[in-house]
Amino acid sequence: MAEEQKTAPVQTRKDYTSDQGVRWCPGCGDYAILAQTQKTFPTFGRKKEDFVFISGIGCSSRFPYYMDTYGFHTIHGRATAIASGVKLANPDLSVWVVTGDGDGLSIGGNHTIHLMRRNMDINILLFNNRIYGLTKGQYSPTSELGKVTKSTPMGSLDRPFNPPALALGADSTFVARTLDRETKHLQSMISRCYEHKGGTFLEIYQNCNIFNDGAFFKYTEKDTKAQSVLWLENGQPMMFGAEKEFGIRLNGNVPEVIEIGDKWTPDDVLVHDETDFVLASMLASFTSNDDFPEPIGVLYSVDAPSYDEMLIDQIDGATEKMGKGELDSLLNAGDTWVVE
Amino acid sequence: MSKNFEQKDRVVIRFAGDSGDGMQLTGTRFTETSALFGNDLATLPDFPAEIRAPAGSLAGVSAFQLQFSSQDIHTPGDEPDVLIAMNPAALKVHLEDLPKGGYLIVNENAFTKKNLKFAGYEENPLEDGSLDSYSLFSIKMSEMVKHSCEGLDLTPKLVDRTKNFFALGVCFWMFDRPLDPTIKFLEKKFGKRPELVEANTKALNAGFNYGETAEIFTTRFKVDKAELPPGKYRNVTGNLATCIGLAAAAEKSDIPLFYGGYPITPASDILHQLAAWRNFGIKTFQAEDEIAGIASAIGAAFAGNLAVTASSGPGIALKGEALGLAVIAELPLVIVNVQRGGPSTGLPTKTEQSDLFQAMYGRNGDAPIPIIAAQTPGDCFYAAYEASMIAVKYRTPVILLTDGYLANGSEPWKIPDVDSLETFSANYMKNSNGDSFQPYERDKETLARPWAIPGTPELEHRIGGLEKEDITGNVSYDPVNHHTMTVMRAEKTANIVKHIPDTPVYGESGGDLLILTWGGTYGAARSAAETLLDDSMKIGHCHLRWVNPLPKDLGEILIKFKNILIPEINYGQLIKMIRAEYLVDAKGLNLVRGRPYSAGEIVHAAKELV
Ligand SMILES: Cc1ncc(C[n+]2csc(CCOP(=O)(O)OP(=O)(O)O)c2C)c(N)n1
Ligand code: SF4
Ligand SMILES: [Mg+2]
Repeated sequence: MAEEQKTAPVQTRKDYTSDQGVRWCPGCGDYAILAQTQKTFPTFGRKKEDFVFISGIGCSSRFPYYMDTYGFHTIHGRATAIASGVKLANPDLSVWVVTGDGDGLSIGGNHTIHLMRRNMDINILLFNNRIYGLTKGQYSPTSELGKVTKSTPMGSLDRPFNPPALALGADSTFVARTLDRETKHLQSMISRCYEHKGGTFLEIYQNCNIFNDGAFFKYTEKDTKAQSVLWLENGQPMMFGAEKEFGIRLNGNVPEVIEIGDKWTPDDVLVHDETDFVLASMLASFTSNDDFPEPIGVLYSVDAPSYDEMLIDQIDGATEKMGKGELDSLLNAGDTWVVE
Repeated sequence: MSKNFEQKDRVVIRFAGDSGDGMQLTGTRFTETSALFGNDLATLPDFPAEIRAPAGSLAGVSAFQLQFSSQDIHTPGDEPDVLIAMNPAALKVHLEDLPKGGYLIVNENAFTKKNLKFAGYEENPLEDGSLDSYSLFSIKMSEMVKHSCEGLDLTPKLVDRTKNFFALGVCFWMFDRPLDPTIKFLEKKFGKRPELVEANTKALNAGFNYGETAEIFTTRFKVDKAELPPGKYRNVTGNLATCIGLAAAAEKSDIPLFYGGYPITPASDILHQLAAWRNFGIKTFQAEDEIAGIASAIGAAFAGNLAVTASSGPGIALKGEALGLAVIAELPLVIVNVQRGGPSTGLPTKTEQSDLFQAMYGRNGDAPIPIIAAQTPGDCFYAAYEASMIAVKYRTPVILLTDGYLANGSEPWKIPDVDSLETFSANYMKNSNGDSFQPYERDKETLARPWAIPGTPELEHRIGGLEKEDITGNVSYDPVNHHTMTVMRAEKTANIVKHIPDTPVYGESGGDLLILTWGGTYGAARSAAETLLDDSMKIGHCHLRWVNPLPKDLGEILIKFKNILIPEINYGQLIKMIRAEYLVDAKGLNLVRGRPYSAGEIVHAAKELV
């Protein structure tokens, strides 16, 4: 998308703030995501009218109403499919999908994986609060096994999706994760999505303080955060802990956590390579895995032709080969005869 | 031996055989040749749902009927004059439609013990005298093509597969048709495999020569050119005409065409055809399912394209929720339903008109959508064009109903003059004139809202599926506003009646009986009306293209007749709408057999009623 950049007058957060009152519960993580998005977009130097936000249904899906860009709050689960049409109709637009864990992975799961498989140049922001917020607190496809909610008073029986693993399985060319409370990181991930040519999948851990409060506190609160989060940086060793005293090492082909000290040195630690699919898959497997820190950052990023780009190439190729289609020749094609 | 030519006004011919026998191709070739010759014609392909049912089985019989004529005709004909049966199963399935004395041409070689048993014959009907009342021509076609292809480097199986061209050759001789167009067609189709071109050409010639020299045929038939209105013609199927109509609408309005859909019989050919026209800038998107098909089209409409999705009943059912979104978002969108037998998977390859209620009412909430129904294969062009124009002008989804019979059937089509097509344009909103932009402010005449597409400076706005506030388009839960908007959406659809011309009534403008039809039943009803008028009955035929809204003069037409007959291929749908709207005691003809009515059936029902 970077190549599409067009110059625009200097923008501020205000340019991206609509006149509609925000209606999320006080304290909802969605506020932080909205704020960081509104702060990040002016830095792209792109004309405001080129941005389109498409969402499905859910608390998170109210997002487009609050962004002063083109926006479409559609129907449950279908934002990804609707966004595909927007992008194909006008590939010059920068198209963003805002979806929830229910919207994008349950009712709309099919569209989500197909969007990624096609590498449609669309940015998916998945607000994962591991709960159905809007419908008042049923478990979602990312809720942990055994979760007690209104619809699962005796604990949920389904095993949750691991969103980055799902995205990798669907052949997404960009897979990342961030947290609502990490403002700077959130901003940088949104920028990375914007800059990536091709489809992006950004999972945002989002606190629903009403129905699933604290779902991600382990990764956001002071006392647990350092030893629980692995901040991914391309080309950097995978180290974590308050003093970066831990690292990830491969023992044969099995990852393990090591402590830097007598036995291990930083040289033993795996170095992150965003283009390595196997590494990305390994990192994805750390998700909610008590033996490992939670991977946050860009897990995977590679370049590949996007569907929308290939469609335009095909149209250009056909036009060159067959000539620009003329209505008259279309009407008069095939065997014709004249009645006097 | 001298062979006499007998003059005929019209002939109905039916090719029937195993799905592997190439009957659709044979029928299409006869159709194209007769069209080029200048006959008027109508066709009815009829194929099984299975791609290849077991060879020789009753389930695997595929057929193609056409009527060709020196006069203006409207249907593929009732009973065939000539039946070509390539195997016992085809004979078993189709013989009951052949009137006594009718021509019956069979491939004798296919009447083996095994095939006979498979078709449920105890005795060989070619030998037991059971076919004595027909003009039977039993020809050893497989043997003939073996001889004609001698010396060609082809497997016996491939040689045997040319026998449909032998049968075609016999028919071409019988009806005095040229072979050239078919030979040209073979060269184009099998260009890369000259041995196949040669084999099929030899089989075709052999069939023709067989007619000429064999001592069995005594008569040939002449069906002169039809007196069609002057102009340039081509033969089109309904699906092709739909595609041309959509492409024409896009070109004329200068709005790029986007098609999002998912394969389903009998609508897939629309996707296939449009996908081949990339050089027109047409974008087709084979989505992961029907919902994504319409969803992508809605997205494309939001972004300023002439957006289309097509499907058949089961797929339209899946699109229901998204249709509601298109209604509340007030975006232009064309939804084509090529109807087939239902419910559920129903009869995928057979025709039906049973999705009218689905089109009218198949959504949650009060969600009116204008509906236009095509009446003949060629009319699919005009219906698709009109649907596109109304969608854009009124910023509304429009449902175009066609059906399997129209979609796969064909007729000679007078190619329209591009300049004669009514023009329309997108009229995208350009700027807000300095005021704040109101996405739901309406045009006084059409009640359409502005089409402000992403990429346009200063018109950034949000729409969505939550109820919109009148004028501003902001989310609104206000009860009075919801009522206002509900009424507005109803009025916007009703208002399209302005566009619908007065309804022509064929025959008498008042009297004993009005035959009222919609969609693909047009042809049979018009033929029936011609017959009834010839019998000096006081009847009229009125056909609806727009089903929603109904034409404004329909009420006045209905009251001029003592009886109203509504034939439709469903268990009574338009009839309920008419009864509800006009409080008239209309009677239905509702035979739901997966095939079009014959004119005779409608004549019969009409006479019963009067
Ligand atoms: C077809 C349909 N089914 C069900 C619903 C009800 N519904 C609305 S949002 C939602 C789940 C939302 O969960 P999620 O996507 O995680 O969003 P959140 O509210 O948590 O942000 C459901 C089940 C609906 N609107 N439409
Ligand atoms: S229910 Fe939860 S997700 Fe929804 S707005 Fe409230 S806090 Fe946010
Ligand atoms: Mg959720």
